Amino acid sequence: MSKIAIIGAGVAGIEVASVLAKQHDVDLFEKETAPLCNIRNKALLFPDFSSADELADTLTEKLHNPNITPHYGTDITDLRPLEGGWELKEAAGTTHLANHVVLATGYQVFDASKKEELGYGIYPSIITSIDLEKMIREERIVNAFNETPKSVTFLQCVGSRDEKSGNHYCSKVCCVTAVKQAIEVRKMLPDASAFVFYMDLRMWGQGFEEMYRTAQEQYSVNFIRGRISEAAATYDHKVQLKAEDTLMGLPLNMDTDLLVLMVGMCPSEGTQTLAQAAGIAGPYHFAKSLSEHLTDNCTERKGLFLAGACKRPMSVTDTIQDARAAAVTILEQIS
Amino acid sequence: MAKRYWNEYQKTIAKDHYFYERSCIRQTFFPGSEAAFLNILRNDLGLDIYDSSHQHTCTGIGYHSDVVPFETTMTIVARLFSLMTEKGYENYVPSCVTSFGVITEMLEKWAEDPALLDQARDLLYKATGRTFNLPKNVAHPSDIIYAFRHELKEKMKFQLVNRFTGKPLRVVEHIGCHYAKIFPKHGVGNAEFPYVLAGMIEAWGGEAVDYPERRHCCGFGFRQYLVQENRGYSVANSRKKFESMEPYEPDFIVANCPGCAMFLDKWQYTIAEMEHKTYDKAGYGIPVLTYEEMAGLLLGYDPWVLGLQIHQVQCESLLNKIGIAYNPNDKYKGVDGSVLPLPNKPTVLKV
Repeated sequence: MSKIAIIGAGVAGIEVASVLAKQHDVDLFEKETAPLCNIRNKALLFPDFSSADELADTLTEKLHNPNITPHYGTDITDLRPLEGGWELKEAAGTTHLANHVVLATGYQVFDASKKEELGYGIYPSIITSIDLEKMIREERIVNAFNETPKSVTFLQCVGSRDEKSGNHYCSKVCCVTAVKQAIEVRKMLPDASAFVFYMDLRMWGQGFEEMYRTAQEQYSVNFIRGRISEAAATYDHKVQLKAEDTLMGLPLNMDTDLLVLMVGMCPSEGTQTLAQAAGIAGPYHFAKSLSEHLTDNCTERKGLFLAGACKRPMSVTDTIQDARAAAVTILEQIS
Repeated sequence: MAKRYWNEYQKTIAKDHYFYERSCIRQTFFPGSEAAFLNILRNDLGLDIYDSSHQHTCTGIGYHSDVVPFETTMTIVARLFSLMTEKGYENYVPSCVTSFGVITEMLEKWAEDPALLDQARDLLYKATGRTFNLPKNVAHPSDIIYAFRHELKEKMKFQLVNRFTGKPLRVVEHIGCHYAKIFPKHGVGNAEFPYVLAGMIEAWGGEAVDYPERRHCCGFGFRQYLVQENRGYSVANSRKKFESMEPYEPDFIVANCPGCAMFLDKWQYTIAEMEHKTYDKAGYGIPVLTYEEMAGLLLGYDPWVLGLQIHQVQCESLLNKIGIAYNPNDKYKGVDGSVLPLPNKPTVLKV
């Protein structure tokens, strides 16, 4: 049996652990005090509106395996190759040894307050898609003044496909997330209008295009191609938007009760730190795989593997598949 | 509360030994402001600032109106720098925000394309026989007042506090577009939330009003007002700002650009005549100050020496709120003490 260390107890980390633990000892390190923090912040998953909690519960069940030793609240901050394995170092100085390491440190969302013109953190009725997801979980969507919004506006591509923030890449999941959230808003608040400002709508997955069509036909979600250039609070508790409708070729001013910024996926701090420490930092500080086609779970470093959104933005579905691919790759190499 | 990134960004502002470039228009619209700035630096702060009698336009308005070609502007700026160099100064302070924008634009162009700098040197030398060094620091006068705001507060006789209510005065601050919108790194606080005037207001006891059209142009856009037929656009821009700030009931507006202060002041008269609309409850309009006037008033300068009587919206209500004494009989006296002809009264705007 090999000893395998997995860093990150999110969707990817747990899925890899559950496969590898059938044959090997797995140490699962998580800097938070509980697993699956990102998915536990979500209400429903696209495109089938299935429960995020149910998925998280199913994944948590997989941890009930004597070969998996979870280490919660353990922040691994350094990785060093040794003869025949790796040394993992905690922030507190404690070290752990493993024959193989899987980096499953995932993502964090873009800090929307960096886009000063969009007013996040300044004007309380401007929130992120993560904030809205929490409201949907609590089944209570309100603006900063505890008022039920009569209009909710979504802005795509906040911190992704954005030269100003330095993130040129597409975050992949935000388009469909906005469609999903707009439908959820319309379901919960039938009297409220929903608007989505987009650059392109990238409905790449199975069922996504249908969901986009449903949003328009059944839920009357208004999709406006254009960017919001500026958002500010008004005297009467609204958010004033300045935008351009690029299909109409006209500037557009409108008020909304709640502005939702669709924040893109960025590498987590753990991903950035450990990719740098291991010498596998790639574009935008994500971890870089050996190649994207045949060896996407391998790295230039022997015994160091990648799983999930530490490499690039991924949906939950893609993350699970990628984690299983990582497990198979590791099993092949060990054998 | 999210991190406020722009608060971390502070430009470098030289602390002494400045070369001053005056504005073409400020002495007409706000005749006491430039003198007040020089007095504040020299007398209140004990700093060295040189005011050359050989200076001239930066071409800004002509340049942005496509009347003056780029090469001419470049050469004119080169000559201004040669005046600075000749007097042994390295810190350049253009009074006007348009000039500030032109100066920073030329420096950026020259940094990006050194051949243009060579061309400017060549053109200046052929035309005048002069040479120049690039300034080590370029700061707008509002940057300097901002940098010394705490030192100035120690010397101030008044604060931006309503003496009747004890509450901070609510101040709309308007930043000239060419201060930070062209090159955000050259503005205190960057472009989205410039802090140069808000920092003064907060340090001196007031409260900066954040309103939705805070960033919007004042109406001094050159193409909006240069052609008379287009001036409706200029008024419309100012009106948009007034409509947006009105619910917050500001006590006054302060600006760091000559055009902004001028239009935000004078278009209140125009809008009152056109629409019978004023933006304060009493019908007097919202007073508009330059930052030098604001600083000068708090330091105890005479309002009439500062030139407040030249404003369209009269400032007595503001002076009363702050508690600044003034002699109404001196309002329209010339420097020799003679009473000047009184201005006509507007139809709608009270004075």
